Amino acid sequence: MDEAERRPLTAMIDRAAGPPDCAAYERMGGFRGVRRALSGMSPGDVIEEVTKSKLRGRGGAGFGTGPKWSFVPKDPASQRRKYLVANGDEMEPGTFKDRLLVEGNPLQLVEGMIISAFAIQASFGVIFLRGEYHRGLECLENAVLEARERGWLGENILGSGFNFDIHVHPSAGRYICGEETALLTALEGRRANPRSKPPFPQVGGLWGAPTVVNNIETFCNIPHIIANGADWYLGLSACADGGTKLYGVSGRAKRPGTWELPLGVTLGEIMDRAGGMQDGYKLRAFLPGGASTAFLGAEHENIVMDYGTVEKAGSRLGTGLAILLDDRTCPVGMIRNLEHFFAQESCGWCTPCRDGLPWVERLLNAIDEGEGEQEDMDRLADHVRLLGPMGRTFCAHAPGAIAPLASGLALFREDFEAHIRERRCTYQDAA
Amino acid sequence: MSIVETPASGVPAGTPPEFPQDLRDKIADMVAHEHHARGAAIEAMRLTQKRFGWLCDAHMREIAKLCSMSMADLDGIATFFNLLFRKPVGENVVMLCDSVSCWLMGEEKVRARFCEKLGIKRGQTTPDGKVTFLPIVCLGHCDHAPAMLVNEELYGNVDTETVDRVIDQMKNGSVRGES
Ligand SMILES: Cc1cc2nc3c(=O)[nH]c(=O)nc-3n(C[C@H](O)[C@H](O)[C@H](O)COP(=O)(O)O)c2cc1C
Ligand code: SF4
Ligand code: FES
Repeated sequence: MDEAERRPLTAMIDRAAGPPDCAAYERMGGFRGVRRALSGMSPGDVIEEVTKSKLRGRGGAGFGTGPKWSFVPKDPASQRRKYLVANGDEMEPGTFKDRLLVEGNPLQLVEGMIISAFAIQASFGVIFLRGEYHRGLECLENAVLEARERGWLGENILGSGFNFDIHVHPSAGRYICGEETALLTALEGRRANPRSKPPFPQVGGLWGAPTVVNNIETFCNIPHIIANGADWYLGLSACADGGTKLYGVSGRAKRPGTWELPLGVTLGEIMDRAGGMQDGYKLRAFLPGGASTAFLGAEHENIVMDYGTVEKAGSRLGTGLAILLDDRTCPVGMIRNLEHFFAQESCGWCTPCRDGLPWVERLLNAIDEGEGEQEDMDRLADHVRLLGPMGRTFCAHAPGAIAPLASGLALFREDFEAHIRERRCTYQDAA
Repeated sequence: MSIVETPASGVPAGTPPEFPQDLRDKIADMVAHEHHARGAAIEAMRLTQKRFGWLCDAHMREIAKLCSMSMADLDGIATFFNLLFRKPVGENVVMLCDSVSCWLMGEEKVRARFCEKLGIKRGQTTPDGKVTFLPIVCLGHCDHAPAMLVNEELYGNVDTETVDRVIDQMKNGSVRGES
């Protein structure tokens, strides 16, 4: 396989040159997928091919993309209002992959959305983009405008009779907007509180119509799956699920960054790309896939980064971009920073999350500042028990928030105890 | 929750400018393209803020009318989101990421330098009305942490020297990104 085939999602990205326009995109192999889908394949064929590819959602939960689409009512687009939404909220701390895809090759996302919309027979597309991504917004708006001018969006695409257009919505900024039902609520011009499921969005989503929400990276896989086939796609990965993944690290690595690698490489291979840890720093623990995933200790430094293995180790693959904790940074301070974020970003809809997370934050502030008491450890454990399990709060925000705390209390017990015993941050001088 | 904590002392209060006709037309057009009028509300507020820097009561009333909503309903949304300002901000808005990867890479030092040089706390505006300094969550630039936005420009690998340079540029009115 040549380079472009080994890393299809990023092959066309040249950060210095900027994103390709329609002509350049097509010259480099773009639009083959949408041509194939719209001339000869039925919507059902597309869903089947994506199901066979074993593509799993790249937004964090890892749900199978083909199976997700199959729940959408099958009425043709001309007979029923349906929506396709790209989730580009990317507000999970430590995550910087969707921004790369949007700024580097926005037409790949547009093509992925056209094919996906055809598969579920949706005529209305929305890209929900992080409000702070000013450059990304410009890239996307240009791409959508040009695609529309050249007939890739609009009516009767490629003479197929299928109509589809895309609107780009820049968010006004809240982490909860990334949760798919809250995202739909925001698009309806309301405070972004999540909604209860059922009804699932595939049946009752935006304005009550059938809606599919997928992550931006998920959509970027679709053109390649349809152009080259599910078997080819399965062959790209190093595990049972299909494809490549944008992996990355941030923290005290020599060269933090993001790289497209076969799904299921080890963290060691990713760290090789990053040049290892900075001189004088050792890896202590890491959050494998964003702020809402549980810590794993350094003994897992060679863990296989696929959905199943990371889950078995007690965490989640999440977004696939790891955050590294080194041996000279205070773990209590890091968890304090994380819980400050989650408390601030609670949408306020349900009491355990709205009131529990600020309580957790205050306890951590006290411990970090040398004012903690031994009982505070019990209060933290209470919150882990009360907020951690799925189903005790209205949405998955609180369980995600608790994951780094719960794992951190176990992994860094001695550090917490030392802060309380010595009434100070024991790392103060090391930094 | 709006993250602007205190009114900007250096920003003239006065009567807000008339809601311009072109903005009114643009929002009416956005409303016409929505399934329900309120679907345009958030983008209408963003657009208005882009023009005037913040959302004053008079403009909010205009937007509410255009989106067929009550003022209270619209204000409920505005106060929910981090990026909508219901109080005036300075000529420049600096948003320093305080999320985990930036914290790991020295955000607190950068923050301290900003506060010291500007003489304000996060959430405040300098008395001359030049700079509002705010925290922001992860900017998707974690591989170049610490990161910040100065107006719409993204900066990475920010250190105290960057802070000094950017403050100078803001005082002289010429800010350039270097992401
Ligand atoms: C609090 C919270 C925040 C989320 N943020 C994002 C996000 O920023 N981007 C994203 O794609 N998915 C996010 N998700 C997951 C979405 O709800 C949804 O599962 C995902 O967009 C589905 O796309 P996928 O199947 O392609 O992964 C979030 C979930 C929760 C609970
Ligand atoms: S768990 Fe938190 S974020 Fe989710 S609905 Fe409840 S308050 Fe909102
Ligand atoms: S944590 Fe600061 S840019 Fe991601």
